[in-house]
Amino acid sequence: MSQPIKLPKWVDVGVIPALNILAALAVSALVILSLGENPIEALDVMLYGAFGYDEAIGYTLYYTTNFIFTGLAVAVAFHAGLFNIGGEGQAYIGGLGVGLVILALDGLLPWYALLPLAMLGAAVFGGIWAAVPGWLQAYRGSHIVITTIMFNFIASALMVYLLVNVMIKPGQMSPESREFAESAWLPMAHQMFAVIGIDVSRSPLNLSFVLALIASVLVAIFIWRTRWGYAIRTVGRNETAAIYAGIDPKKTIFWTMALSGMLAGMVGINEIMGVQHKLLLNFTAGYGFTGIAVALMGRNHPIGIVLASLLFGTLYQGGAELDFEFEQITRDMVIVIQGFIILFSGALAYMFNPLVARLIGRLMPARG
Amino acid sequence: MADTYLLILLTLDATLRVATPLILAAMAGLFSERSGVIDIGLEGKMLAAAFAAAATAAVTGSAWAGLGMGISVSIGLALLHGFACITHRGDQVISGVAINVVAAGLTIVLGIAWFHQGGRTPTLDASARFTEHALPFADAARSIPVIGPLYAEVISGHNILVYLALAVVPLTWWVVYRTRFGLRLRAVGENPAAVDTAGISVTGLRYSALVIAGTLCGIAGTYLSTAHSAAFVRDMTAGKGYMALAAMIFGKWKPVPTLFACLLFGFLDAMAVRLQGVELPVIGIFPVQLLQALPYILTVVLLAGFIGKAIAPKASGTPYVKERT
Repeated sequence: MSQPIKLPKWVDVGVIPALNILAALAVSALVILSLGENPIEALDVMLYGAFGYDEAIGYTLYYTTNFIFTGLAVAVAFHAGLFNIGGEGQAYIGGLGVGLVILALDGLLPWYALLPLAMLGAAVFGGIWAAVPGWLQAYRGSHIVITTIMFNFIASALMVYLLVNVMIKPGQMSPESREFAESAWLPMAHQMFAVIGIDVSRSPLNLSFVLALIASVLVAIFIWRTRWGYAIRTVGRNETAAIYAGIDPKKTIFWTMALSGMLAGMVGINEIMGVQHKLLLNFTAGYGFTGIAVALMGRNHPIGIVLASLLFGTLYQGGAELDFEFEQITRDMVIVIQGFIILFSGALAYMFNPLVARLIGRLMPARG
Repeated sequence: MADTYLLILLTLDATLRVATPLILAAMAGLFSERSGVIDIGLEGKMLAAAFAAAATAAVTGSAWAGLGMGISVSIGLALLHGFACITHRGDQVISGVAINVVAAGLTIVLGIAWFHQGGRTPTLDASARFTEHALPFADAARSIPVIGPLYAEVISGHNILVYLALAVVPLTWWVVYRTRFGLRLRAVGENPAAVDTAGISVTGLRYSALVIAGTLCGIAGTYLSTAHSAAFVRDMTAGKGYMALAAMIFGKWKPVPTLFACLLFGFLDAMAVRLQGVELPVIGIFPVQLLQALPYILTVVLLAGFIGKAIAPKASGTPYVKERT
């Protein structure tokens, strides 16, 4: 068992991830059972809470948007063999970039003119917040995991300072900026549907969801169909080989992290420009950390990430319903499920490999 | 003058209180990382221990039972970490993150389900807590100039876990540098293949290091909820595990420098509390967020090799594969 076990591809991308997720859900179900509630009933409530009515679907997809961005961010870094644990801070600072752009220009430009500028703000701010740890890893040898963790805390302190002391709306107690002019708000889903005559309930779902889907396609093309993506994957697999292939691993690490931070920063478009319409504290609410679970579950592939994001969107929105329906479990159960998914799909990803290999060996006798 | 001196002493006293969990968790991280296992999960182990200790103390009325349960739960999580990344050679960072997330979720879910106070545990009576002990002659010593107040305010009057944390540092030093186990521990973190060749179990050593780390994190968590405070509240550790990790790196994976890093970080924290909203001459209201961010900024700068050099144990982060092809 010392060598990695070679499994057929369909087992590796289909059966093993499914087993890992099942294990995570099974353990979560045991927790619910031990608290005296029925896990099947909880699942039922969560599914209704996430998809049962159109407002719920809107919320589910709104959460999904954030997870797609942070999941893509973590995945891009993973492809270069880097563990970007700082999506939270990058999303936070990316949101700051969005906020600054809109606060400066919101009376002058309509949302469609602001959007590219705000995205640039998110990309530059989020990108820099990740590129600095990337640079430190590549050129100074600091461990990217530690640096990105530290940057999360630095981001949080910086945002508190800025909002409490600098950007707070005068004459207001709560540390928030002024609200953006309404012309700068991203169109909401219910407004867009209203244009084509379909009546949909109000929810925070906005144009960013479409942007997230486009980002997924672009990332897929970038990673598997461009020379830069090839460079990233090569560095991730084998740095020495990359050097022989004429790839500069240091430069690649730097730019991969920058790209990763840009993607995380796009959470700011959804949250700040799309939903909150002002800068405020803690709008990232753990989405950056969830991105880790999303990327692990989605096996760093955009299709997997969109599906995993949808699952986490479902858990987040459906989980809110648990508070109303159950005595013993609350929406915090979702964090537990998330933890078990990281454990089984990430840390214990290969636990089932020997077992499955043995099973396959028995079912499909050696074919040479 | 006497007032200023007292103010300094009170700040030092606060420093020690804040630094205690950092010291314990940082020593935990030191054992783990010196054996070649990265321990991002300090935070989660501490949090879980804090909850287990407060819950147990609330039910049994005994702080010591709380300590026992806190340590047990923390060791349990450490073993899970070992199972994932020693036995199954999973990614150590991911495993640590998983432990942190599971602990963050479970402490709230169980807290709400068991105590119905929104995730808080019932407030502990003095008898179910680790309370402060005045050292002998503390009051009598107060009248001695300079040293007297220092003894009475800073050295005396802490709970037993504070003194335990301070004792853990020389003990860690002794174990790591003066015992056979310590020699092997350091070796396994640098070159596990050599240790294996000498016929010593890499797995065994790493598991023992994790159990020690679990024990220390358990004490740190117990301190938070049964000594420093009188109940568990959600997300009680609030990043202290990560700060301990930073302190350990800042102390270059060595016990005594790590102790000083913890004291420095604790001091910055105590200062931040003291300076909150205080108007200072020239600069006006001091940005306390800068003090709060300083430990992390300093660690980044140190890691980047701009002030001295921090070199991690060589084998840290890589699972050990016995045979190669």
